[in-house]
Amino acid sequence: MSRIWNFHGGIHPQENKQQSLTIPLRQMPLPKRLTLPLQQHIGTPAIPTVKVGDKVLKGQRIAEPSGFVSIYMHAPTSGTIVEIGDYPVPHVSGMSAQCIILEPDGNETWIEHQGVEDFRTLEKAELAEIIRCAGISGMGGAGFPTNIKLHLSDDHIVNTLIINGVECEPYITADDMLMRERAAEIIGGIEIAAYLIKPTHILIGIEDNKPEAAVAMTEAARTSKLNIEVVVLPTKYPSGGERQLIKLVTGVEVPHGQLPADIGIVVQNVGTMSAVYQAVHDGKPLISRITTLTGKALSSPGNLEVLLGTPIADLLDFCGVDSSKQSRLVMGGPMMGYTLNTAQIPVIKTSNCVIAGTLEEFPPAPPAQSCIRCGNCEQVCPAELLPQQLHWFAKGKEFDKALNHNLMDCIECGACSFVCPSNIPLVQYYRYAKSEIRNEQQEQRKAEQARIRFEARQARLEAAQQEKEERRKARAEAASKAQAAKRKAPVTTTTDSAIDPEAELKQLKTQAAVARTKLKKAEKALQEAEQNGADNIDQLKQDIESAKQKSELAQKAFSDAENKAPAPAAPSLKDLKVAAALARTKVSKTEKVLADAEAKGAPSVDQLKNSLQKLKEKAEQAQKAYNDAEASETAGNVSNASSSQGTQSTAASTSAAQPIDPPQNDVKALKSALAIARTKLKKAEKALAKAEEEGIEELEDLKQAVAEQQAKTDSAAAAFAKAEADCQTAKEATNQGPDIKALKTAAAAARTKLKKTEKALADAQAQGSASAEPLEKALSGLQAKVVQAEKALQEAQAQEATLA
Amino acid sequence: MALLRITSPHILKPGRTGNVMLQVILATLPGLAALCYYFGWGPLINVVWAAMLAVLFEVAVIRLRKRPVTFYLNDYSAILTAVLLGLALPPFAPWWVTFIGIFVAIVVAKHLYGGLGNNPFNPAMVGYALLLISFPVEMTRWAPPSLLTESGNLGLIETLKVIFEIVDLPDAYTMATPLDTFKHKGALTAEELWSQSPLLSQGLDAWYAISGAFALGGLYLLIRKIYTWHIPVSMLVSLILVSGFFYGSDPSNYAPPLFHLTTGAVVFGAFFIATDPVTAATSNKGKLFFGAIIGLLIYIIRTWGNYPDAVAFAVLLMNLSAPFLDYYTRPRTYGHKKSNRGIKG
Repeated sequence: MSRIWNFHGGIHPQENKQQSLTIPLRQMPLPKRLTLPLQQHIGTPAIPTVKVGDKVLKGQRIAEPSGFVSIYMHAPTSGTIVEIGDYPVPHVSGMSAQCIILEPDGNETWIEHQGVEDFRTLEKAELAEIIRCAGISGMGGAGFPTNIKLHLSDDHIVNTLIINGVECEPYITADDMLMRERAAEIIGGIEIAAYLIKPTHILIGIEDNKPEAAVAMTEAARTSKLNIEVVVLPTKYPSGGERQLIKLVTGVEVPHGQLPADIGIVVQNVGTMSAVYQAVHDGKPLISRITTLTGKALSSPGNLEVLLGTPIADLLDFCGVDSSKQSRLVMGGPMMGYTLNTAQIPVIKTSNCVIAGTLEEFPPAPPAQSCIRCGNCEQVCPAELLPQQLHWFAKGKEFDKALNHNLMDCIECGACSFVCPSNIPLVQYYRYAKSEIRNEQQEQRKAEQARIRFEARQARLEAAQQEKEERRKARAEAASKAQAAKRKAPVTTTTDSAIDPEAELKQLKTQAAVARTKLKKAEKALQEAEQNGADNIDQLKQDIESAKQKSELAQKAFSDAENKAPAPAAPSLKDLKVAAALARTKVSKTEKVLADAEAKGAPSVDQLKNSLQKLKEKAEQAQKAYNDAEASETAGNVSNASSSQGTQSTAASTSAAQPIDPPQNDVKALKSALAIARTKLKKAEKALAKAEEEGIEELEDLKQAVAEQQAKTDSAAAAFAKAEADCQTAKEATNQGPDIKALKTAAAAARTKLKKTEKALADAQAQGSASAEPLEKALSGLQAKVVQAEKALQEAQAQEATLA
Repeated sequence: MALLRITSPHILKPGRTGNVMLQVILATLPGLAALCYYFGWGPLINVVWAAMLAVLFEVAVIRLRKRPVTFYLNDYSAILTAVLLGLALPPFAPWWVTFIGIFVAIVVAKHLYGGLGNNPFNPAMVGYALLLISFPVEMTRWAPPSLLTESGNLGLIETLKVIFEIVDLPDAYTMATPLDTFKHKGALTAEELWSQSPLLSQGLDAWYAISGAFALGGLYLLIRKIYTWHIPVSMLVSLILVSGFFYGSDPSNYAPPLFHLTTGAVVFGAFFIATDPVTAATSNKGKLFFGAIIGLLIYIIRTWGNYPDAVAFAVLLMNLSAPFLDYYTRPRTYGHKKSNRGIKG
C-alpha cells in the first residue's frame, strides 16, 4: 500500500449513488435518430467528411480533426446521414452547434475493422495513431484528445500514470459500474498506455465508497505483468479532480500554470482506458459509453451503455421518467454539472451522468443572506483560496484584488457554495469575475494589437513621406544643376518677397469690420437684455466695452496700415480716371439741376451756371490729368518694361531670361497698351455715336477725342508691331541651342498673335478705322514670323534628332 | 414541468446563518446559568431586557432601511449581540445603561455600517466600551458572589426594582471585581493582598466556575464547528504565556496566570467575543495572530493601563487590524510556491 496524502478542504455531500447501482448495466436500445455534435471534446470542432444522404456503416468515419487538438468522429450505427445542421448541444450556455444527424437503418452493420494482435510489436507513433483514429478523448471531464496525452514529446518524461476511478461526485456511478463490469478491459487499456508513456508507477485511485470496483480492479491488476497499484482513497469531494487526485496519491502539487505532464504525471480516466483497449484490441472506435441515469423522477434509475448521439429524452423514457415530477435536468453531477433546458440534447463522449431531479431532491436555493465571514468556505476550499474574500472582491468588481487572491486557481468545484450558511452562490460570483477578467484581458490584447498596427501604419506613412521628400529634393537639385549648367549664367538669388502689403491691408480691413460687427452684436444683446431685464447686463456692458476697444484698435491698425501702405504705382492712373468720371458725373448732375432751375425760373440759375462752369473746368482738368498720366504710363511701360515685368514673372525666370527677354517684354507691354488704346477708341466711338443720336453740344469735342484716340491707337499698334519684329529677330539670334520647347512656345505665341492681329484687323476694317492699314502691315509681318518660327522649330527638332 | 436552469452546485448543505447564531446563543446558557447562580437574577434580567431592546432597535432600523423585517430578524444576530452585551454588564446595571449600550451596538455599530456582515467592529464590544468610558461608576459597580453574602442573592422583584431604579442597591450588594481589587492593591504585595481580601481568598471560586461554564459552551461550539480553534486557543495561550513570564519573574507584584485566565471576561471573550467571524481575521494563520495579540493586549492593558479589564478594548483594537492581518496571512494556494501578500491589487 502506498501512502495516501491529503488535500486541503473538501466536503462530504450525501452520496446518492445506491439508486443507480441496484440494476446491473443495461444496453440502451437503438434510438430513432442520433445527433452527433462535431465538438465533443476540448479543442477545435471536427469537420464532416460525409454529405447529407450518405449511407454509413457502424464505425465508419464521419468527421475528421480540424487541428492538432481535435479528433475523428465515427457513426455509432449504420444508417443514413439525413442532415448536418445546428442543434442544441450539451453545454453550460445551452447553445446550439453543428451536428451530424444520423438515421439508423436498424441493421447495426459494422464497417470492416480489425484489432491489433500484439500492440507491443507496433511503434509508439503507430499505436498513438490507432488511438487518434478511434476518436478517443478523455471521458471523465474536459474531453482532451487522448492520443496527445499518451504520445507526449520527448522532453516529457513520465514517471507516474494515475488512473482516475475516484468518481467523487454524488449520484454518478458510471465509472463504478465500468470498473465492476470491465476491469480486464481497463487493465488492458492501462497496459497500452503504459507501453506508450513508460511510467515507473501506475496507480489506480478509487474512493472507498466503491469497494466492489476496488476489488474487481485489484483482481484484474493481478493478472497484468505490470506493477499496477490500486489506491483506495477516503471518500471526499472533490478528490476526483485531477490536481486533487495527484496530491492525494503522490503528495505533489501541480505548479500553478503548469500541466501534470510538466511534472511527469499523466492522469487518465478509467472509461478512457477501456476505450483505448477496444480501439487497439478490437479496432472499434469510440461510439458508445456508459452513462448513469438517476434522479428521483426516474422509476428505474441505472447505468446504460449508450450510443453517442442518443437524445437524453430517449434515455429518460427508457428509465421511466415521470415528467410531472421532474424539475431539474442535470448533465453531470450535482456539484459541477449543468442544467439542460431540453431533453433533446444528445449524449456525447464526456456525458457520464444525467440526473432527472425532483423538486424535493433539488429544492430551490434559499435567498442569500449576508456573508458573516464564518470561513466555512475557506475550510473546504481544495485550492486553498479565501472564498469569502474573493466573494467581496467579485461583488465589488475589484478584479485586480481577486486576481491577486488567485481567483484563477479556483476549480469551481462548488464546495464553498455547498457549505455557505448564508446560501451565497459563491461559485457564480467567481465565474462572473473570471469571465469579466477574461473579457478585460481580451480587450487589452485587442487594444494592444490595434496600437501596434496603428504605430506600424504611422511609421510606414512617415517613411513614404520622407522618401517622397527626398525624391523631390533630388529632382529639384538635379533640375537646378542642369539649369545652371545650361544657362552658364550666374544665378542671382532674389530676396524673399516681403509680405504683400495689399493683402495685409485687406486683412486688417476685414478685422476691423469683424470687430465692428461684434460690437454691434454686443450692443444689440445689451438692448435686448435691458428690455428683458436680464441680470447679466453688467457683463454685457463690459463685453461691449471690450468689443469697442477692440474695434477701435482694429480700425486704427487698419487706417495706420493704409496710411503707411506705399502709394501703389498703378492705382494713380485708376484714381485719376475715377476722379475724371466723378467730375463728369457732377457736371452732368449740375447741368440737370440747372436745366430744372431754368425751367422753373429759379433765382439760383446764375449761381448754378457758375458752379457748372467750375465743375466743367474741373472735369476737363481731371480728364486731362488722366490723359497725361495715361500717356506717360504707356511711354514708361515701353521704356521700363523689363523692370516692371520683373515683379510679375518669377524671380528665377526673370534673372535667367534677362539677356533675351527685354524685347519680348517690350512687345507685351506694347501689346497691352495697344489693347487699351483700342478699347478707349471703341468707347470714344460709341460715345460719339450716342452723342450724335442725342444731338449733344459736345459732339465736336467727342469727335476730336475719338480722332485723338484713333491716333493713339495707331501709334500704339505701330510701336507694337515694331517691337514684336525686334523681339523675333532677337530670339532668332539667341536661338543657337536646340531649345525646342522655347521655339515651340515662340511659334505658338506667334501664331496666337497672328490670329489676334487678324481679328483686330477685321474689327478695324469693319469700323472703317484708320488703323486698319498698319494692322494689315503688322499682320503680314506676323505671318512671315510665324512661318519663320515654325521653320526654326523644325530645324531645331531635326537637329535634336540627329544629336539623339 | 418546466426545467429550471441553474448553475452548479445543485445541492447545498442545509443550514442558515440564523442557525449559527442560535447555536452561539445556546452555548452561552451554561455561562448565564453560572452567573445567575453566583450573582442572582441580575444577569438574566440584563440579558432579557437587552434582547427585547435589541429586537426593537433591529426592527426599527430594518424598517428605516426598507428591508424585509422577518428575513433579517431571522438571522438572530441582534439577539446574539444583546445576549453578549447583557452577559458582560454588571449584575445590577441600571436599565438605561443597557438601553444606551444596545442602541449603540445595534444602530450605530451594526446598521450604520451596513448591517450584519459589514460591521468592522464587534457591536457588543462597541456598546460595552462606550458604556465603560461614559458611565464608569455604573459599569464598575459589581456584586459580591453569593459565596460571600450572608443572606444569599437578592430576590427577582428586588433585583428588578434595583435595575429599574425604583430602589437603591443595598451596600451589601456592591463589591469590586477581583481584577479591580488586584489593580488597587496599592503598596501591598500580592501575597498580602491575597490573604487580606476575602474576595480573593474565598470568592474566586465563583469566577472559576463561571469561566468553566463559558469554556463548556465554547467547546460545544468548537465541536459543532461553528468556528475553528485558532482564535480561542491562541488568545488563551498567549495570555498564559505572558502572564506566566511576569509572574515567574516577580510573583509579589504580578498576578498568577490562572488568576488572569479565570477572572474578568477572558474565557467569555475567547469563546464568544473574539470569535465573532464578521470582525475577526479570516484565514487560519490570521486567526492565530488575531487571538494571540488580543491575549497580549489584554495583559498589557490590565497590568499597565487604567482599566481593570481589557477584553473589549483588546478585541476592538484587533478588529481594526483584522483587514491588515487578512492581507498578510493569506494561505498558500494549491500549486503556488508561497502565498501572496500585501494589499497590492
